[in-house]
Amino acid sequence: MISVENLTKRYAAKIAIEDVSFKVNNGEILGFLGPNGAGKTTTMRIIAGYMPASEGSVRVDGYEVFDNPLDVRRRIGYLPENPPLYLEMTVAGYLRFVAKIKGVAKDRLNDEVNRVMQRVNVVDVKDRIIGKLSKGYKQRVGVAQALINDPPVLILDEPTIGLDPKQIHEIRELIKELAGSHTVVLSTHILPEVEQTCHRVIIIDRGKIIAVDTPQNLRFQLQGAERVLMEIAGPAVEVISKLKATPGVLDVQKVSETDGRCKLQIDGELRKDIRSDLARTVVQSGWGLLELQSASMSLEDIFLKLTTAEEVEKAGT
Amino acid sequence: MRNILAIVERELRAYFISPIAYVVLTAFLLLSGIVFQGILTQVMDYQMRSSLQSAQLGRATPIDGPAIISQQFLGTMSVLLLFMIPMVTMGLFAEEKRRGTIELLLTAPMTDLQVVLGKFFSAVAFFLILLMASWLPMSVLYLYGSPASGPIFSNYLGIVLYGFALVGIGLFVSTLTENQIISGILGFVIALAMWFFDLLAARAEQPTKAIMEYLSVISHLQDFMKGVIVTSNIIFYLSLTILTLFLTYRSIDSLRWRG
Repeated sequence: MISVENLTKRYAAKIAIEDVSFKVNNGEILGFLGPNGAGKTTTMRIIAGYMPASEGSVRVDGYEVFDNPLDVRRRIGYLPENPPLYLEMTVAGYLRFVAKIKGVAKDRLNDEVNRVMQRVNVVDVKDRIIGKLSKGYKQRVGVAQALINDPPVLILDEPTIGLDPKQIHEIRELIKELAGSHTVVLSTHILPEVEQTCHRVIIIDRGKIIAVDTPQNLRFQLQGAERVLMEIAGPAVEVISKLKATPGVLDVQKVSETDGRCKLQIDGELRKDIRSDLARTVVQSGWGLLELQSASMSLEDIFLKLTTAEEVEKAGT
Repeated sequence: MRNILAIVERELRAYFISPIAYVVLTAFLLLSGIVFQGILTQVMDYQMRSSLQSAQLGRATPIDGPAIISQQFLGTMSVLLLFMIPMVTMGLFAEEKRRGTIELLLTAPMTDLQVVLGKFFSAVAFFLILLMASWLPMSVLYLYGSPASGPIFSNYLGIVLYGFALVGIGLFVSTLTENQIISGILGFVIALAMWFFDLLAARAEQPTKAIMEYLSVISHLQDFMKGVIVTSNIIFYLSLTILTLFLTYRSIDSLRWRG
C-alpha cells in the first residue's frame, strides 16, 4: 500500500532523515518507534504530502506523492502531532468543513460527518465548541478528521500523546478496530504502545532506520536476549535437537539448509553468553562449525532512551 | 471551487465568532461617521456662503455637493482602510501556522492555489462588508438629494481595487510569521510605505519621480476619486494584487520545504 524508497530530508542545517526505505502492507498497522527528534514526524509529513522530500520517493496505492499529490492526499487521512483543530468551531461544524475541503459530495456530507462522529464516539459533544473539550475528546475529533471520506491509509503522528491511561486505551482500541479495512502508520516513542497495537515496528533513530521487525521479536532483542547465528555442516534435525538441549538456549530456528549445511538462529537466555557452549556442543558432536556470529544488535542504547522516555511520561501523568 | 468556498465560509464565521469583526466594524463605522459628518458640514458651509455671495454679487458658482462629499469621504476612507485591512488579513495564515491547522489545509486534496484564493476571498468578503457599512452615512446623500451615480461608482470602484491590493499585501505578509501582531504591523507598514512613495515623489527628480509616483498605492486612486476611470490605474491595482497572490503562493511552497 505504501512504499517508501531511499527517502532523505535535509533542512538548512541538519539532516532529518537519511535513506529511509520501507513498505507497509495492506491492512497492516505499522509503528514508528524512536526518541523525540528521530525523524518520525518528518517521515510522516512527507508521506502525507505536507512536505516534499529532498531525495527518494513515496508511493501510496501506486501514486507518487510528489508527482500526483492530490491523488495521494485523497487516499490518506492524516493526524498531525498537534491535532489541527479550529478551537472556535463546534465539533460537527469543524467536521463538515473538513468534509468539504476533502471533497465529500454535498448529499453525503451529513451522513459522512455522522458516521465519523459515531466511529470515534463524539456524538454526545457534537454541538460543543472544540476549545472547551477535554484533551481526550480533542484527540478523538482529530482522529475523526482523519477518517473523513474513509481514506484507505491513515497516518497518525503520536495519537496517544498527552492522554490519560483510559483515553490512551480507547484510542488504541479504535486504531486496532480500524486495521484490516485501513492501512495504518502510527508513530510513538512509547515502547509498550507498539507492542499492544502494531503488527510491525520500525525503529528509527537520528534519521536512520535501525530495525524493522514484529513487536515480539523486537521485544526479545530489546530485552537483551542473546541471539546467535550459526552455520554448521551437519544433519539439520539432529543439530537442532542437540543445540536445543544445550543449557541456556531458549529457541533454535532454522534459517536455511543447503546440501548438508544449515544456518540456524539461536536465542539464548538474557545476559548469558552461550556461544562457547554452543561451539563445544557442535565440535563434540563431530560436526563442522563454519560460522558463529553474535546477532544481537546494538539496540540497548535505544532501549535505554525509550524506557527513560516512557518513565518520564508515567511520571508526568 | 467548493474548496475555496468552504474556506471562505469558515473564515467569515471565524471573523464573526472572534471579537475582531465587531471591533473592526465598529471602529470603521464610528470613524467613517465622524469623517462624513465633518465633510458634510464643511460642504454645506461652503454652499451656504457661495449662495450668499451669488445673491449679493449676482455671480453664481454652483458646486456639485454630493460628488464632492463622496470624493472627500471615500478619499479619507482609503486612509482608514490602510489601518483596517491589515487587521483583517493579519491572522489569515499566521494563525493557521501557530495552531498547526495549516497541516490540515496543506494535506487536504486541494492545490495550494485554492488555499491561497480561499484565504484571499475570505478577507475580500469581509472588506466588502466593511464597504457596505460605509453606505450607512452615504445614504444620507440619497435621502436628501439626488447625486449623480457616475462619480460615486468610480470612487467605489477605485476603493475596491485599492482594497484588493491591500488584502493581497496583508495576505502575503501573514505567511511570513506565526505571530498575528507582527503580521498586522508588517502589513500596515508596507502599505503605508507604498503610500509614502507619493510624498517622496514630490521632492524627487526624474526619472525617480515617475517611478515613485507609479509605485504609490495612493496616486492611482486620484483619478478614480475625480470620477475618471483610467485603464492604467485598474491595471496597476490588479497587477499588484496578482503579484501579492503569486508571492503568497511561493511563500506557501517554501513553507512546505522548510517544514
